[in-house]
Amino acid sequence: MFPMTACDLSVKVRQKHIIGPINLTINEGGITVLMGPNGAGKTTLIKALHGIIRLANGQVTFATPAKTAQEQQSFVFQSPIMLRRSVLENLAYPLMINGQDKQSAMERARTWATKIGLSAHMDRPAPFLSGGEKQKIALARALITSPKLLFLDEPTASLDGAATVEIEALLSEAQSTGTTIIMSTHNIGQARRMANRVLFMKDGQIDAHSAANAFFDTPPTEAAQKFIAGDIVV
Amino acid sequence: MNDLWNGIQQAISLTLTLDADLVEISLRSLRVTLSALFVSCLIALPLAAILAVRRFKYRRLIISTLNALMGLPPVVVGLIVYILLSRSGPFGVLGLLFTTHAMVIAQVIIITPLITSIAHQSLRELWSEYHDLLISMNTSKWQRIKTLLWDGRRALMTASLAGFGRAIGEVGAIMIVGGNIDHATRVLTTAISLETSKGDFALALALGFVLITLALAVNFTTHWLGRTEREGRW
Repeated sequence: MFPMTACDLSVKVRQKHIIGPINLTINEGGITVLMGPNGAGKTTLIKALHGIIRLANGQVTFATPAKTAQEQQSFVFQSPIMLRRSVLENLAYPLMINGQDKQSAMERARTWATKIGLSAHMDRPAPFLSGGEKQKIALARALITSPKLLFLDEPTASLDGAATVEIEALLSEAQSTGTTIIMSTHNIGQARRMANRVLFMKDGQIDAHSAANAFFDTPPTEAAQKFIAGDIVV
Repeated sequence: MNDLWNGIQQAISLTLTLDADLVEISLRSLRVTLSALFVSCLIALPLAAILAVRRFKYRRLIISTLNALMGLPPVVVGLIVYILLSRSGPFGVLGLLFTTHAMVIAQVIIITPLITSIAHQSLRELWSEYHDLLISMNTSKWQRIKTLLWDGRRALMTASLAGFGRAIGEVGAIMIVGGNIDHATRVLTTAISLETSKGDFALALALGFVLITLALAVNFTTHWLGRTEREGRW
């Protein structure tokens, strides 16, 4: 499936230029963190890479055919979207739409519900759970198909410390079992803890792209330097 | 006021004694209405889901037309169905005029736009909630429609009940195409109309109370079976 390559990628919304042109290559493994100020285009970029936003220009290609690559990706949104179903049914949903029989899908969903600490809530309607619980379900639902590539859009933006720790633990485990992760975050501490590579965005462009250690030790651009220092980047 | 009181007394008496004519007419009313509702739901619910999920040419025109047809005058529908099913009409050879089948056809034409419009409104909202998730999961169009129909089933039940309410209280169209023939096509509404024209207000009122009771009973039963208005449910 890898490398994933974005070539001259750009996105427009109602004729307004949002991001691009962006050229980017992501290799297998590790966690790539997208950082940048509000409105830099982080969410648009990961949605475009995942293929849920129409590109105005350019393309995203994989080493495997597009359909196969699509089937091996998952996405976790900033605000978790819960199906109006129970926790178990939410977890089993991606397996069932991929043709797995209901019994084995539910069995696997049960294992995941236990793993994310929601075994007591398996039969409760997922949309009625707390924000942290919903985000854990969204992440488990994304990981249950063992994707090779996982996109996350600020997955812990509205969560408290305890929920953030649990989400990060799940992400670390997924990464160690071979899932390549691309996530956007505002949280510099989280980026320091999680990132292997950093993509810093500004004004719809990639301002810097480097290994995480190098990025935090010697920020390659002025904007990145200001951002890490906690200054306002305009 | 006297007529009202007599009507209530007669309704209770007819119901308690299980008057044969009343039972026959009530069962026919239910059979015609539920048959129409069943056929209508088969058309309306998938159509509503398709209109919610798919974008195609003339979609807006279809939605506007269905909304406009919600206020379709039943007498006009009855007249058109009469002309189509009469001996000289294009479907006269089927011999359906003055049968319960003709009544079902007329009711289907009347309630399908109503059910479709209400169902579409609910499914459109559900689709805007699910859109990003189902697109990101790479679901097929059929899977999206199935998911919406299942997860929106309680809202769809309300749409169906609105159709049921309109159909069971309908008189103009079924009077024209059914003919109000005793022991053949007479239903509660046409019987009420007949008794009113004969001046037997007490019996007409009694039938009216039975009709209201029947409609309420079906609504309550459906809500009870659908487990609506319970904590943590939709």
